[in-house]
Amino acid sequence: MHTETHTGLDAPRGDWWKPAHKAEKVWVGIAFGWCMVLFAMMPLWHWKGGQNPSGIRRRVEPAAFAARAEEFIRQYKTGEDRGMPIVEPPPGADVYLMAMAFQWRPILKLKQGAEYTLHLSSLDVNHGFSLFPINVNFQVVPGYDYGLRVRPNASGDFRIMCNEFCGIGHHTMVGRVIVTGAPAVAAAPSAEKVR
Amino acid sequence: MSYPIDTTRPAPPAAGEPGYRPDSQSRFRTCPVTSRRIHAQAEAAVKVNAVTAIVFLLVGTIAAVLIVLTRWQAVHLLSATWFYRLLGVHAMSMLIFFIIFFEMAVLHFASTVLIDARNSAPKTSWVAYGLMLGGALLVESMMWGGKADVLFTSYVPLRADPLYYLGVIFFAVGALIVTGVFFANLVVAKRERTYEGSLPLVVYGAATAAIIAVITLLHGAAIYIPTFLWSLGLMKVDPEVYRMVWWGLGHSSQQINVAAMVAIWYMLGALTIGAVVLNEKISRSAFVLYILFISMASAHHLLVDPGLGPAWKVVNTSYFMYMAVLASMIHGFTVPAGMELGMRLRGYTNGLFGWLRKAPWGDPGFSSLVLSVVVFGFVGGITGVTIGTEQINIIVHNTLRVPGHFHATVVSGTAMAFMGATYYLIPLIFQKRVAFWRAAKLQPYLFAGGMFIFTVSMTFAGNFGVPRRHWDITFSQAPYSVPFNPIVDLLLAFVALGGLLAATGAFIFVGIAVKSVFFGQALGPVTRGVAMVGVPQGITHPPVHAADVDQRNAELHDASRGIMGPAPGTIVLVLIFLAVFALYFFSNWKILSFLWRIG
Repeated sequence: MHTETHTGLDAPRGDWWKPAHKAEKVWVGIAFGWCMVLFAMMPLWHWKGGQNPSGIRRRVEPAAFAARAEEFIRQYKTGEDRGMPIVEPPPGADVYLMAMAFQWRPILKLKQGAEYTLHLSSLDVNHGFSLFPINVNFQVVPGYDYGLRVRPNASGDFRIMCNEFCGIGHHTMVGRVIVTGAPAVAAAPSAEKVR
Repeated sequence: MSYPIDTTRPAPPAAGEPGYRPDSQSRFRTCPVTSRRIHAQAEAAVKVNAVTAIVFLLVGTIAAVLIVLTRWQAVHLLSATWFYRLLGVHAMSMLIFFIIFFEMAVLHFASTVLIDARNSAPKTSWVAYGLMLGGALLVESMMWGGKADVLFTSYVPLRADPLYYLGVIFFAVGALIVTGVFFANLVVAKRERTYEGSLPLVVYGAATAAIIAVITLLHGAAIYIPTFLWSLGLMKVDPEVYRMVWWGLGHSSQQINVAAMVAIWYMLGALTIGAVVLNEKISRSAFVLYILFISMASAHHLLVDPGLGPAWKVVNTSYFMYMAVLASMIHGFTVPAGMELGMRLRGYTNGLFGWLRKAPWGDPGFSSLVLSVVVFGFVGGITGVTIGTEQINIIVHNTLRVPGHFHATVVSGTAMAFMGATYYLIPLIFQKRVAFWRAAKLQPYLFAGGMFIFTVSMTFAGNFGVPRRHWDITFSQAPYSVPFNPIVDLLLAFVALGGLLAATGAFIFVGIAVKSVFFGQALGPVTRGVAMVGVPQGITHPPVHAADVDQRNAELHDASRGIMGPAPGTIVLVLIFLAVFALYFFSNWKILSFLWRIG
């Protein structure tokens, strides 16, 4: 090595811990600053934003979850669609949704603008909760209860696709969530805060 | 110095002479092109691992064609069972067998050929290769035989035949042994003084890959051994713990690819256009950042999981405040800037982009390099950081945006770089001309172009919530209809189009490699400055720097050139990159803000 100019294939001799050109330093600085922006957005959204995958999380035996969910279904059942119960819990209620190969049970009927705690768990393998058409996705893991506080902001007839491979019948696993129009009491919108 | 011939290197001393060392007894040949000493047992290991990699590339590509023709709803080729089965075959063949076998070739190559050293443990290399091949064949036979329809991730409690897990364990142990051979080679080379000074940057990058590989493979052991025992009914495995530790293997192994790919970027830059290292300190520090932070990426897959809390997710998904992203953004600058400076030092100094206009676009090693950098950075990198953001993952998890992202990194990035390296390995290691030379010149454009269409269309389809790993999004057998926007059909047709173009590129690559290696024309004597069919330009016209290179370098670094410094073109390019990045990142937050309130 007779010069300072070398390629990545040459073994640099002597001391190569040398100051970089200003342009390179500035780029490293810009990149570092950008990384801090990328990072800051996440805590910021927990503080000010409305969509965070935090929730109430706890371990639960699949059988215990199923028992709790069936009790919930008995309590608030208002109808059936081809054998699948339609359940209409009051605003603020704890809502239970079971995932199993290859169905989502029950059908939920919610009110626009009301908040619910939606408990997701699986009775067998991993499933993926994917709300169509608004594209909201959560992992549903057996043995874990994921309690998400949700507040629907539009009415409609939604679908729940399974988007985690759960067996050969995976693509037939579709559930249903119905959101009906605005409730009589729109609970204090200015006080709406992320929890 | 002028690359690649260093005529100052003395011949190795014979037995009995002063300075005699054990490796004098090993069989070496001197490369007629680069004057490097190439150890026969090192070369053999490179060859056999590279060839095996390409065989698995072929298997994976055949599966890929059948898969895209199924997801293209107008064709919908395979049955559900075979779709899911081949999806597993595709992922294991490509992401594990093709890529890791090629990386084993890279590790053997970097720890021997690039520092004139010997393979210090040839027998161990072969044992490791045998374990890896045996494991890979066991896994393939289980999957093709329908005994492991659990897809790539095999999430517990989905259960495969115990032999499937055992095959993965054999493969991982083999790979771990090769990393041991790699480090042993470095130690022996240092002791035998085969090189002076510090390791070349490319070898340093390969060492980074090897260290990350050790971390990764230990995660693999920590999850596959319990899962193997679980499949035999001997213990329990928690599904969430499985996901966390498995992704310590599954995602971190992609970081081996990143480190190996960046090392190859530096190598191809040097070979094709004489790219220089701007600053060793910066580039090496960036590699160290990879080692320190990149294995936290398991979190990318658990962002909307019930098992872990927000603080853990935020810290881990960001590689502790994006320190590994910082490393990639540094390489994203130093690689093109080194290329620009290399070209400017050789006299291509016109304007901002004269160095790019005059570059050897017909050299498949060079075009592969540039396409790999561009698609990896602009598509793979930007989408990856964005979708790995805790909250944004709500609109991404398990949709087509995920494979849209990682095909841009692993395929357009890593596989493309490995293909580019192969165009140089064929003449330099296999000593053959590259067959079907005109096709070879076009192949990188076809492959990267196809992959670009594929990944971008997939990403857009994922924006509509189209699930990944799904046989039928018309939901013809489901109890309720799911009426996707008709645009989705068009996007999935584009996915198929891009996929088929890229697969064609991959088939051409396999054809070129097999024809060259097994039935190819011998390289023969290479005369400098005389173009040859089947020999990349970097070999016939080596990018040698002039004798006054230091003076030129000093002029380009002169303070009068201001802040833009020696590589002004690259500064413009990285600023464009940053603007695209910011636009994409913040549009995703905007989309997220329209959703239901969730917390």
